[in-house]
Amino acid sequence: MTKPGDKAGDGTGGTSRRGFLGGAGLAGAGLIAGMVPARAASPDPMITEVQPWAQFLGPGVDDAPYGKPSPHEAHVIRRNVEWLTADTASSVNFTPIHELDGIITPNGICFERHHAGVADIAPQDYRLMINGLVDREMVFTLQDLLRFPRENRIYFLECAANTGMEWRGAQLNGAQFTHGMIHNCMYTGVPLRTLLEHAGVQPNGTWLLAEGADASAMSRSIPMEKALDDCMVAFRMNGEALRPEQGYPVRLVVPGWEGNMWVKWLRRIEVGDAPWHHREETSKYTDLLADGRARRFTWEMHAKSVITSPSPQAPIYHGRGPTVITGLAWSGVGTIDRVDVSLDGGRNWHHARIDGPSLDKSLHRFYYEFDWDGSPLLIQSRAMDSAGYVQPTKDALREFRGTASIYHMNGIQTWQVHSSGEVENVEVA
Amino acid sequence: MSRLLEASALALVIGAPALAHADTLGRLALPEEVAAWDIDIRPDGAGLPEGRGDVWTGEELYELQCAHCHGTFGEGIGAWPVVAGGFGTLTHEHPEKTIGSYWPYLSTVFDYVYRAMPYGFAQSLEPDEVYAITAYLLYLNDLVEDDFELSAENFTEIRLPNEDGFYMDDRVETEWPTFTQEPCMTDCGDAVAVSMRAAVLEVTPDDPLTDARHAQYLAMAAASGGDAGDAGPPAAAEEAAAPEEEEEAAAGYTPEQVAGGEAAWRQCRTCHNVGDGARHAVGPHLNGVYGAPVGAQEGFRYSPVLTEAGADGMVWDNATLDAFLENPRAHLPRNRMSFNGVRDADERQGLIAYIASFGE
Repeated sequence: MTKPGDKAGDGTGGTSRRGFLGGAGLAGAGLIAGMVPARAASPDPMITEVQPWAQFLGPGVDDAPYGKPSPHEAHVIRRNVEWLTADTASSVNFTPIHELDGIITPNGICFERHHAGVADIAPQDYRLMINGLVDREMVFTLQDLLRFPRENRIYFLECAANTGMEWRGAQLNGAQFTHGMIHNCMYTGVPLRTLLEHAGVQPNGTWLLAEGADASAMSRSIPMEKALDDCMVAFRMNGEALRPEQGYPVRLVVPGWEGNMWVKWLRRIEVGDAPWHHREETSKYTDLLADGRARRFTWEMHAKSVITSPSPQAPIYHGRGPTVITGLAWSGVGTIDRVDVSLDGGRNWHHARIDGPSLDKSLHRFYYEFDWDGSPLLIQSRAMDSAGYVQPTKDALREFRGTASIYHMNGIQTWQVHSSGEVENVEVA
Repeated sequence: MSRLLEASALALVIGAPALAHADTLGRLALPEEVAAWDIDIRPDGAGLPEGRGDVWTGEELYELQCAHCHGTFGEGIGAWPVVAGGFGTLTHEHPEKTIGSYWPYLSTVFDYVYRAMPYGFAQSLEPDEVYAITAYLLYLNDLVEDDFELSAENFTEIRLPNEDGFYMDDRVETEWPTFTQEPCMTDCGDAVAVSMRAAVLEVTPDDPLTDARHAQYLAMAAASGGDAGDAGPPAAAEEAAAPEEEEEAAAGYTPEQVAGGEAAWRQCRTCHNVGDGARHAVGPHLNGVYGAPVGAQEGFRYSPVLTEAGADGMVWDNATLDAFLENPRAHLPRNRMSFNGVRDADERQGLIAYIASFGE
């Protein structure tokens, strides 16, 4: 973690443990002044000397039957925050979004949230039951599910508590920690509607309970309208089998709605005529407001964005000159129409460039390229979705909700970029 | 409208695969199967099993099964959930959301305890036990007297104080009119200043691997033709994790026994840690416990019965561990370990071998 050198916040930078300021600032200086690339003082040995990888053989095709990222990317990993929870089996870790690009999250670094650890279920031991207000109470094996027509859809999954630690103000120095309870994958599976129609939902079946097979038997009530709309019973993510920590062999996909509802290790769908009001929709995942009352069933994830780089874990090392700001934007009610970026804490805004697929309830990747003059910045991003919703400031959200609601913090994030290139999580007023 | 209809008609013709026999997929669920899995409870009492349990029985069960995490008075140990008290705190800066102060329905308590508690040993409680624990939780929240008995019959008569404290998501009605305004692009409001810094709290985890990343980027900055300053040698090399040393099978156990015990250990690791850096959790860490006096792991608060046994000269060896693990509560009555025991003798021997493999 980079320790901010600019404790005073006066924009003058400071000394960091690696002499951050001195070199980086100079590196870009020539570029600005002369508008031509700099000349090296001496030949680069990486070019003039034969390097080992250019001379000797590397590993063969039998070295890694299932490949891993380059060892030089060892820092691109999920991380947890020890003080957050009592036990790692009922806890959360965070996607390293500050190191990623594009819109797809690699399976091995999709954040995890478990309530009783990762269940280990062999595919031949897996059963899915549909019971309750249906014409036929059914049991399916994984093979049965693989014989229904399938769909492929890319959706984000965001924990309702993503950014929740920031309700009371800037807390954690890193986009991974503030916004990393999110991932975006292509799911392959059977529409839940197909299975419900197969069992025959009775006319008074207006709700369903989705239940997991893990030792928390995770359970959530879902209105039938959503179940019949776009929910999926998924068995693949990004082409391969679900990862164990993402619900292998089968999970529920509830597009655009809070991640807790995407029940992993899905074992049962019960159809009923009223919600169940279980622990994860009463004690947890309800939004306590300032007046002491609480919203329930706040399922939808509203439009949100964050700059992933530069950010506290991904500072600017190259000094002044051409600089790429990039980040993610998403909405649980549709697509992202527009992302604006501010360099001055929200006084002036510039349209960012969305690149890559713009899909319903999926992450969008945005870029804003500019010439940095080395002065301190307060950078922000603001998403607007296809429903016309504009991502609010954190203070605007607090005006409606107070600071104790934990969930659904989708306010505008501010990073302070120091002259040194170091970046800090701050709040502005 | 017609285009939409056409589109869906096309989908029927082209898109929808012909599955004449799709109806045969899956099989009908047997009533016993539905009964085994369908254990959910609703606020109207739907799903409640037959049974009853009183506050006194609940207290005994709670002390054994729940108190080591949730605290004797429901106050929560460390970061474990608080389940009692907190009345009138919902408008405070740090509200205490408990069964009594926040939860809307008693059915939620029963359902959750029945499906997921005790933590790490789920679905091990009988309905009568869950009624008793639920009754005791009501008592801890000052909602019933100590002579109260909860049953399937009187269950729905109990209402929790905050039942009316919840309402349906109304963000679209209340917030969206404000949050769907065309946003300002230039000279919006007054200039802003930093009002708070995350760094002040210093709660972000340390991150040696990221230091290696920073070294990479500093080196790249230097290679771009500038002077990258005193970046120094990359820290990455030093961070290469040394492979964990092979634990040698100790005390005459075979590596096979140790490996077998590792699988059985899964039921213990909810509460106990072993190995490098093991710390006390719900239960003590067990490094070096094999061959040591009972109740002697430094820094752990044992139940009196264990401390006394150790003082009387009892030592954890194969025989004592075997007897204890077979039935912890019978072997050392009133100890606080909420675990029913391991019936299979081979499994116990594997566990003992595994534990013995972690010397001090």
